[in-house]
Amino acid sequence: MKKVITGDHAVAIGAKLCRVDVVPAFPITPQTLIIEHIADFVNNGELDTKFLTMESEHSVMSAAAAASAAGARVFTATSSQGLAFMHEMLYATAPLRLPVVMANASRTLGGPPGIWCEYNDSMGARDSGWLQLYVEDNQEALDMIIQSFRIAEDKRVLLPVMPCLDGFVLTHTVEPVDIPAQEEVDSFLVPYEPDIILDPARPAMIGTFMPAEYIMELRRQTVGAFECAKDVIKEVNDEFAKKFGRDYGGLVDTYRMDDAKVALITMGTVTSTSREVVDELRQKGEKVGIIKLRFFRPFPSEELRKLVSNLDALGVFDRSISYHGGGPVYNEVRSALFGLTIPVIDHLAGLGGRDVTKEQIFKMFELTSRAAKDEKVKEVNWHNTRGETV
Amino acid sequence: MITIKELSDENLFTAGHTACPGCGVALSIRNAIRVFGKDTAVYVPASCAVVFGSTFPLGAWKVPFFHTAFENTGACLTGMQAAFEKKGKKVTVVGFAGDGGTYDIGLQSMSGAAERNEDIIYICLDNEAYMNTGIQRSGGTPFGAWTTTTPVGSKIQGNQRFKKNLGDIVVAHEIPYYATLSIGHPLDFIRKVEKAKNMKGFRFLHMFTPCIPGWKMDPAKTVEVTKRAVESGMWTLYEVENGEKKITYKPGKMKSVKDYLNMQGRFRHMSEEDINKLQMWACKKWNLHYREKGAPDICEIAPPVEHHAITEEHKEMHGP
Repeated sequence: MKKVITGDHAVAIGAKLCRVDVVPAFPITPQTLIIEHIADFVNNGELDTKFLTMESEHSVMSAAAAASAAGARVFTATSSQGLAFMHEMLYATAPLRLPVVMANASRTLGGPPGIWCEYNDSMGARDSGWLQLYVEDNQEALDMIIQSFRIAEDKRVLLPVMPCLDGFVLTHTVEPVDIPAQEEVDSFLVPYEPDIILDPARPAMIGTFMPAEYIMELRRQTVGAFECAKDVIKEVNDEFAKKFGRDYGGLVDTYRMDDAKVALITMGTVTSTSREVVDELRQKGEKVGIIKLRFFRPFPSEELRKLVSNLDALGVFDRSISYHGGGPVYNEVRSALFGLTIPVIDHLAGLGGRDVTKEQIFKMFELTSRAAKDEKVKEVNWHNTRGETV
Repeated sequence: MITIKELSDENLFTAGHTACPGCGVALSIRNAIRVFGKDTAVYVPASCAVVFGSTFPLGAWKVPFFHTAFENTGACLTGMQAAFEKKGKKVTVVGFAGDGGTYDIGLQSMSGAAERNEDIIYICLDNEAYMNTGIQRSGGTPFGAWTTTTPVGSKIQGNQRFKKNLGDIVVAHEIPYYATLSIGHPLDFIRKVEKAKNMKGFRFLHMFTPCIPGWKMDPAKTVEVTKRAVESGMWTLYEVENGEKKITYKPGKMKSVKDYLNMQGRFRHMSEEDINKLQMWACKKWNLHYREKGAPDICEIAPPVEHHAITEEHKEMHGP
């Protein structure tokens, strides 16, 4: 069934289709519609879930971790300052292997305060142990909630997953979305049945104090789960594609990359705009393409090394800044491509929610193409920024 | 009502944990969990109890145990209870937080759970300072007490604020049950734990738990010091059930706070003036709890410490 809905509504419907047991919630713009829709589902008798109106995001993630430890399928959503406030609890959830799914409505993390799209909220959670992915449209937002639970609850993984959707660009913008039938989702996502939970019938201690003699092995195991996640993400993607007819490519997706010489790595909604730019450049005979970075954690290093093997230059779109210089995606990509001679050019745009226009993306391709021809180009470029020339 | 003889002999918080000899926290946990029984799940926030009861690979708990952080007892209990309820399991969900984790850093999360009237039991093990980090002042530290962040200096000696009135804050949430407990009064203790267990909604048990190194006291005197706290009005035993307050133990004649302070090194430095200030605080509390309608103010008629005259400050506190 197709419905014209906002991204937040799509996420809420996704959670409902996953028959989530517990939803601890706290409002924050632009995530609020998600929890409002879930509250409606619960109060209208459409969803049998424990909906908990917590008093802060820190308590949201605490309740989420505890409910998950007690065996519940747990969903929640947050954004920006809220994600920062629960930061401590992100670090508790992952190593305890609690497969919570939390949507993040990407929003600038102040100061200065703002409410529009930037990735500096979720990028700060890079090393918390959460799998992290970025969606391009409302359909992908809904589909990835369903896939996220499958990935999170896979016994080879058992890690929390954070699907991120661009604040306002998706959260508050309507698009036609194909809503899968409940039976189809039920056959794709079976009920969550963990082995070790808080249960008086089989008492376990979860979250014990851990001395140095043991903690490195635990960290290493979590890394192992990340490695497994790479395979699981691909398997789940393929199975989903077979069942629902939508193939997102797994860790990364590509657009017109077959014979490309210059490519841009994109994330989120900027990918859609970039597709148009690529089409126009292709009409002019330029061999350009897009690598859509879907999962930022685990980071698809091997996939990227393969994808760039025939490229002359690579551009990276970054929607947040790591203050030492380039953006976090740029730094990850450079690290992944270490040893290769290909020029990698960083393109900072859209920070604080500023529109990323086609003109800016044309400029990104132009600069990257110049680097491909061995022309001198700045490594880090600020687009559409006062006082900067690119 | 359950009697001590009827309590299960099985320790669900087992021997072999590494608490200090005489630890009031360990004693309170062990006795409380015996009343709660097997169908219980606990959350313990950052505290000594996490370290001495659950340092991997050892664990003293024979009921499900969860720990993540310091400030989130109310929230974690909420999540656990929600999951059990959704799964159709009948489990008594209990949190064992310290005074720092309740009076201070965990106040918001506790208040949220209380306001929502979550079906959980919140226990505050009040040893009147951050003991796990090495004895720092909390909102529960009494006036005058030495801690490492209220040191005895040449200019300022000890804690300059009076103990926060947590009981009134909790009760203001209009919850089904709030009670204060002391391990020096085991019958009262067990009765309150059992009562809380058999009720629904948010229940708060406030336990007075001496800390041997933090209070600088003899480990053999844990029970005695709680008794003296009650006899002097430094700790009062009462319960508030659905808004109705009831004194559950009334001591005889009020004893001087000095009897209580003298047992502990943390008060050793206190000047007569400061002791008097604390005495007045105890008097106020005593009157609030034990003074019957129309009866004269105990501090007005007989200053409880014979060599202390009523000060100007005292008059200010109690009126002319």
